[in-house]
Parts: sequence; C-alpha cells; structure tokens
Amino acid sequence: MLTIDSLSNQIAGKAILKGLSLTINPGEIHAIMGPNGAGKSTLAYTLGGRPGYEVTGGTVDFDGQDLLALEPHERAAAGLFLGFQYPVEIPGVSFVQFLREAANAQRKNRGEAPLSGGEFLKLAREKAALLRMDMDMLKRPVNVGFSGGEKKRAEMVQMGILDPKLAILDETDSGLDIDALRICGEGINAIMRKPDKAVLLITHYQRLLDYVKPDFVHVLAGGRIIKTGGPELALQLENEGYEAVAA
Amino acid sequence: MTALDFPTRKDEAFRYADLAALAPLWPVPVEPIRVAAGSSAALTVIADDATHAVARDLELTIEAGASFDLHLLNVAGAYGRLSVRAVLGEGARFHLGAAQLAGGDQTVEIVTEVVHTAPDATSRQVVRSVLAGHATGNYLGRVTVDRGAIGTDGEQSVRAMLLDRTATANARPELEIYADDVKCAHGCAVGELSAEGLFYLASRGVPPAQAKKLMLQAFLAEAFVGAADGDALNAASLAALEALL
Ligand SMILES: Nc1ncnc2c1ncn2[C@@H]1O[C@H](COP(=O)(O)OP(=O)(O)OP(=O)(O)O)[C@@H](O)[C@H]1O
Ligand SMILES: [Mg+2]
Repeated sequence: MLTIDSLSNQIAGKAILKGLSLTINPGEIHAIMGPNGAGKSTLAYTLGGRPGYEVTGGTVDFDGQDLLALEPHERAAAGLFLGFQYPVEIPGVSFVQFLREAANAQRKNRGEAPLSGGEFLKLAREKAALLRMDMDMLKRPVNVGFSGGEKKRAEMVQMGILDPKLAILDETDSGLDIDALRICGEGINAIMRKPDKAVLLITHYQRLLDYVKPDFVHVLAGGRIIKTGGPELALQLENEGYEAVAA
Repeated sequence: MTALDFPTRKDEAFRYADLAALAPLWPVPVEPIRVAAGSSAALTVIADDATHAVARDLELTIEAGASFDLHLLNVAGAYGRLSVRAVLGEGARFHLGAAQLAGGDQTVEIVTEVVHTAPDATSRQVVRSVLAGHATGNYLGRVTVDRGAIGTDGEQSVRAMLLDRTATANARPELEIYADDVKCAHGCAVGELSAEGLFYLASRGVPPAQAKKLMLQAFLAEAFVGAADGDALNAASLAALEALL
C-alpha cells in the first residue's frame, strides 16, 4: 500500500529525514517510536504534503500512485489521513461544515456522488457515537476551545467520517485520559483494522499499543529507521530506552 | 472646507480615497437618520454595484437611551466609500458591523466618526476587510469623547486579511478623549490566512480555493454576528468572496 524508498527532506534548509525506507502492506499496523526530534512528525507531514517540507530525494508510492506528485487535498482523496500531533484551531468554521465539504471534495475527486446534508449528518452522528463524542461538539468551530484530549478524539471522529485507506496517527495517545485512550484505541480498530486498510502509529508509549496491536514496530532516529521488530520491540524500548536498544 | 468643496488628500478622511472615482459623485448627499430617545432601529447597507462607484454619507443622531444597529457590506466594483457620522446621546448604544472586499485595482473604504456627547453611551465597531490583487481597503475611524461624557464605553475591532502581498490595507482607529472615567479599546490587525489552518483543511481533502473560502467566510461573518439581515449579508459577502478567489 505504501512504499517509502530512501526518503530525504529538509525544512528551512535543515536536513531532517535522511534516506528513510518503509513498506506498509494492506491489513498491517505499524508503529514508529523514536526520541524527541527524531523526525517522526516530519515524516507524517512530508507524507501529507505540508508546504515547507521539501523532499530532496527518494520516492513514495501509495497504491500505485506517486504520492509526492499529489497536492495535499489529492493525497486525502487518494485515501491518506493524517492525525495531527497538534490539531489546528480554525475560528468560525464548524467541524460539520468543513467535514462535509472535505468528504464531498474527496468523493468528487474519486468520481462519486456527494453526500446530502442528511446523509452526512447521519454518518457524523454514527462516528461521533463510536468515539463517544457529543455531536454538539462537532457543531463548534474546529478545535477552538477543545481540551488536548478532546482534540485527539475529534481527530479520530474525522478519521471515521473520512474513512481513509491509510491513517498516519501522530501521537494520538498523548493528551488522552485513561478511558479516552481505550475509546480511541477501540475506535482505531473499528475504523481501520480491515484487510484493505493500514495504519502507521507514531507513539512514545506502549499504552496505545495495548489496544491497537502493531504487526511491526520501528525505531526512527536521526531521520532513518534504524531498527524494526515485532510488538516485543516496543516493550523492550519501554524497559531499556532508545540508547540501549539502538546500540 | 465647506460641504461642497471637493476634498484633497490633505483631508484626513480622504487620504487614501480614490478621488478620481469620487469626483463625479460629488457632493455626496448627507442622509440624516434620527433615532428618537428610547427607541431602537437597525439599518443594513449593501453597496454592491459592480460597475459604478458608490458613495454614501450617513449622519446618525442616536438620542438618549436609543439604540442603533448598522451593518455595512462594501463590495462596490468601481469604488465604494461608506461614511458614517454618529452622534450619541446619554446612554445611547451604537453598533456597527462592517465588511468590505476588493480585488484588482479597486478601492473600498469605510470612514466613521462616533461622537460620545453625553455620559454612559456605548459604541462598538467591528470591521473586517478582505483584499486581493492591487486593491486598497481603508478604515478610518475616529471616536471622540466630549467633555462630560463620563462612563463612555467605546470599542473598535478592526482586522484586514490580505490575499496577495500586493494588496494594501490602511487601518486607522483614532481616539480623542476629553472626559474622565472612560473605557475605550481598539484592536487593529492586518494579516494573512493561517498556513497551518489551510494545510489542516487540505489534509482532510478540502481543495485550496475552498479552504480559503471557508476561512474567509468565517472571518467576514464576524462583522455580521447578531445582524437581523445576517443571512442576506453573509450571502452577498460570499458572492463577493467567490468573485475574488
Ligand atoms: N519548521 C521547522 N524549522 C526548523 N526545524 C524544524 C521545523 N520543524 C521541525 N524541525 C526540526 O526537525 C526535527 C524533527 O522534528 P519532528 O517534529 O519531526 O520530531 P519528532 O520526532 O516528531 O519529535 P517529538 O517526539 O518531540 O514529537 C527537530 O530537530 C525539529 O527541531
Ligand atoms: Mg512529533
């Protein structure tokens, strides 16, 4: 589904990713762990096409398409979803308003008929319920005045509504309380654990991986994947730390 | 200058005006509006003539205890100048919500003068401008608090969004205070759309032009919060916005 080959990039002239390679197949869940500043969010943003994240080398194939040649909104329509480490506040624009436009823009891009207002609201209500989020919160301006945990939960509601093929979730677990962590973990499984979908979880802790069991765990350090293992690698990292494991 | 003299750029209220476009309309007739003591009234002015210059000059007298809500949308194609002078009596309330949009070589401007003549009057002005291309958008707003107008509460919130670096916003809120115990605040900001916000919307699949439109619509709508004609104002400002993008 996703093949990243020797990806390098720079931000404001500073090299961050330095020849990163990673392959994700349909049905797989991958976790990326790594020290602060390793380039995990940079990888997520680069795959999402954030302006300023200049690719200097390598290729990314997403379902047979050259991902790097697509505009950010086209990547979304192709089935990519980015769960933000720090979701952005957008004053005056409500979740329901923008998500309906987002869903329909994606559908249009794929040559599908748009959802009516009623169909969209039904879908939104269903996904909000899955994540136990009050539907009234989705009528508020995007992330404005939301707590850290509420923002992360809202990211998962958006993922449910947009129904992507590949979700890259950047520290979705940070900021969540114990119950919310379980609810979001179960939500990720319900939405994404399907034979034709895949997930790339970026996380610092085992706690999310207790709910969303990864098939592969990677260590990202210095802009590269330096180690890959099974679920046991996350536990080993938690016990021993990056320095010992990476050595 | 007398009312009939054509203004020059030395005249503060006309410093950034498109005088060539204004000339054929001169002298602009003054439209007096009196809001009787204790009563309330509202007015919506939409200047959306696509081809001809528009200039309006409203002179409001808001008597003691009266309340007036004025909403302006200035999207006149050739040149739009909306000028308002409001004289407030004791305990009067004046609210102005105004938006203006321009592109190309257009100039649009909103010029206000609010005079607090007596104690305890309240004035609120919310002005939002969206400017593209080589357009110029002006807001000149003077609030005067006369001697004795204690307990005055005056507020100006002025923001402009530039869609291109070639567009110009002139925003000049001014305060002249001759009384004590007065609360006056003005905020004024000229900026660009948040790149972070645009990327967030794009990452969900919203194409760039649509994302800009969503954010700008919300920005402009701040001027029309609580307007009785809110739907009409928002629809007309959306139409103007779509023409800009
Ligand atoms: N806009 C920027 N300008 C300059 N440097 C940047 C910018 N954004 C990120 N960086 C740098 O890139 C490096 C990688 O940052 P990134 O956010 O990808 O780390 P991370 O692995 O996600 O860390 P964390 O675990 O703290 O979230 C850091 O050294 C960071 O300072
Ligand atoms: Mg990060």
